[in-house]
Amino acid sequence: MTHQIEGTTPFDGEQARKGYALNKMCFSFNEAANRTAFQKDEEAYMAQFGLTEVQKAAIRSRQVLQLIEAGGNVYYLAKFAGIFGLDMQDIGAQQTGMSKDEFKAKLKAYADSNGLSSLGLTRGSMPGRGLPGQAGQ
Amino acid sequence: MAQLIGGLASSHIPAIGGAIHKGLQADPYWAPFFAGYPPVQKWLAEHKPDVMVIFYNDHGLNFFLDKMPTFAVGAAARYDNADEGWGIPTLPSFQGEVDLSWQIINHLVAKDFDIVTCQEMLVDHACTLPLKLFWPEGEAPVSIVPVNINTVQFPLPSAKRCYALGKAVGEAIAAWDSDKKVAVLASGGLSHQLDGARAGFINKAFDLQFMESLVANPEWATQFSSLELVEKTGTQGVELLMWLAMRAALSSAGPRVKEVHRNYHIPISNTATGLMAFEVAG
Repeated sequence: MTHQIEGTTPFDGEQARKGYALNKMCFSFNEAANRTAFQKDEEAYMAQFGLTEVQKAAIRSRQVLQLIEAGGNVYYLAKFAGIFGLDMQDIGAQQTGMSKDEFKAKLKAYADSNGLSSLGLTRGSMPGRGLPGQAGQ
Repeated sequence: MAQLIGGLASSHIPAIGGAIHKGLQADPYWAPFFAGYPPVQKWLAEHKPDVMVIFYNDHGLNFFLDKMPTFAVGAAARYDNADEGWGIPTLPSFQGEVDLSWQIINHLVAKDFDIVTCQEMLVDHACTLPLKLFWPEGEAPVSIVPVNINTVQFPLPSAKRCYALGKAVGEAIAAWDSDKKVAVLASGGLSHQLDGARAGFINKAFDLQFMESLVANPEWATQFSSLELVEKTGTQGVELLMWLAMRAALSSAGPRVKEVHRNYHIPISNTATGLMAFEVAG
């Protein structure tokens, strides 16, 4: 995909191929029994779904940016985060390196803005797949 | 023939379900959001649609990556809500409107849309929460036809294609041999991004321009590719594709489409929330 968007990894065919096992495991967390099974023995549960070593490490790290880098899709990752009682603002704070209060303040600030800074966003100012501060695979 | 009486659009956010469950409607954080809904509730109470055709995006409840349809139309007699992984209380099942489902399916295929049809389909918070917001007391007094648009896996359908889909759905409703009153609903948006280093991105200026465009120039946003919409509105802001499909369903009514209500509030969770209601004047 040539269209690069700052700080954004569109979940395209490449990601879908890379992340299939990881996402399939996270999809299974729709069911409470599977969430319990994962919590009982994370390693066995990950092995059952055939996660790669990179994906296993990402799961162990609980780091969303690392999980995305491993092919995770946010809709399925949200179910993984739910196991730990994390909401979208916890996840947002983690990905942006802010405290939750800082992240909430950032969101709230948009309400008072005229939005013009958002309009100034330029295309391709950062490589879409480059996750800042993230070690490459 | 059936009567297409109007179109609604509302954000959906799992946290709303939690807030309703905890009775936080008057809480200072939530009040500006919930306060947007009474005018729409009033409109619905006065106009009493029998059926709601719902454009929404599944969030990994019914569809997984093993089979990921671009457009999927529900054809079930009953739609169940289910655990999405977060323990939010599930809502009672919704009654389907099977005759209208097949009317829409037949018309869409005749118009060259290669859709997936679903005689079993779990519906997630995107489908259920707007109905709960519209009818906070008890169950929604409508049967439904869910129309799912993929926003999970790229490439997403283009804004232009979603508009064409919505237009064809509107034609199908208008040609349905029934005396029922039908409304269309878009669930999703407005700007927000959950994933990546840009998480928390909101674009108020674009949202306001988009909402305004739906009044008199509804095809305005079809100039953008789906990735351009992601850039402008966030990875989940692209859910405005639902709003385009909804508005397109009303497009054959031309200038008879009147805006009834609008609300915009930042933020609920990570989202700039939007609510709009359109009426097709008789």
